[in-house]
Amino acid sequence: MAIRSESLPILSSEDVVTVRRRVRAMAIEQGLKLIDQTKIITATSELARNTFVFGGGGTVLLEALESGGRYGVRLTFEDRGPGIADLTLAMKDGYTTGGGLGLGLSGAKRLSNEFEIDSRLGEGTRVTITRWR
Amino acid sequence: MADQERILPELLSKHQTQILESWSAEQLRNRRPGKAGISEEDLRGQCRDFLNALQEASQDDPSDDLQSPIWERARDILTDISREQSKHGASPSDIATFVFSLKQILFQLLQTEIGKRPEVFAREIWTTTLILDRLGLFTTQVALKIREEVIARQQSEMLELSTPVVKLWDGVLALPLIGTLDSERTQVVMESLLEEIVRTGAGIAIIDITGVPTVDTLVAQHLLKTVAAARLMGAECIISGIRPQIAATIVHLGVDLGDVSTKATLADAFAIALRRNNLVVTRTTPAARRQSAE
Repeated sequence: MAIRSESLPILSSEDVVTVRRRVRAMAIEQGLKLIDQTKIITATSELARNTFVFGGGGTVLLEALESGGRYGVRLTFEDRGPGIADLTLAMKDGYTTGGGLGLGLSGAKRLSNEFEIDSRLGEGTRVTITRWR
Repeated sequence: MADQERILPELLSKHQTQILESWSAEQLRNRRPGKAGISEEDLRGQCRDFLNALQEASQDDPSDDLQSPIWERARDILTDISREQSKHGASPSDIATFVFSLKQILFQLLQTEIGKRPEVFAREIWTTTLILDRLGLFTTQVALKIREEVIARQQSEMLELSTPVVKLWDGVLALPLIGTLDSERTQVVMESLLEEIVRTGAGIAIIDITGVPTVDTLVAQHLLKTVAAARLMGAECIISGIRPQIAATIVHLGVDLGDVSTKATLADAFAIALRRNNLVVTRTTPAARRQSAE
């Protein structure tokens, strides 16, 4: 299903910029419309920053998808940070532990077609999002 | 190692002129045509300095530990040479080749000198290879460092470049934002806008985000903070340059821009600013122009 994939580190705020740029390139290659490109790039920005700020750094796997004539981009953000104690609370609009707007995680979900989050205390967090053409 | 003869330093001093000649000749042959490169004289000088340093260092320390202080002069000279050559457009591999090309010359001399004593010959070949390989690798490290310096300089230049606050009219300022807005830059941008508001006593500031590719919650938060800070100083902000895809994304993110005025284009925002200052723009006719000229 994945035609191409690449893994990138997220260890600094410069890496967040790099990841955004790579996702933009992949979204364009996959033929996503400008508005869908913007949505997945913005979601990327939120999740990559979370990985760096809250997860203490991690990686992202970029996958170009093809499924029965549909094209899309799937991103998997992974860190080995402290994990999220209360996922329901973390997904709530306006809830933040880092002084931000508290919209990153819930916003990223709204900007994606598919959203999956898996977090274990003390082990880390994995977020997967997909945007189809 | 103390009881072993030191072949390499001896060789280097005994055949100094010959090595220098063939090595510089080799360098000149390797020079890529079409590139200006450094002058023949400079090149010869570089070769001589490096050979002297190599001879001294290997004399004092037959080991290959380049980190030791004995090798400091050789390292310094090599650093200078790398900088000089890369200034003249040499690539990192060109500069490493500068060191590696010494191998063949030295190996041939070793062969002539001690070729009949295979054990000593093998040992010397190994030592020489080790030293030259490490020196060659060292030049790539220097090349990397030079690159990093260039990148750091460009980054700080961009930081300054990207934050011009412009005056559109009496009491109307504009801040055209371009590129990635990450915390460090946004800080600079925000401060320079606030300073200009104080300096000019402007009542309206237009923040144009046409050139910002991604508006995520962090960027939105920075914008909201800037607007709030400007408001505390008595200036009203208008955010312009909100493209359709950005508008849709902001809505999905759930960011509430509250009572901040926003406009699609800088021109729209400017029109509002003029209106608030009770100014109107009118089209003149040729007759009116003649009249006012009289």
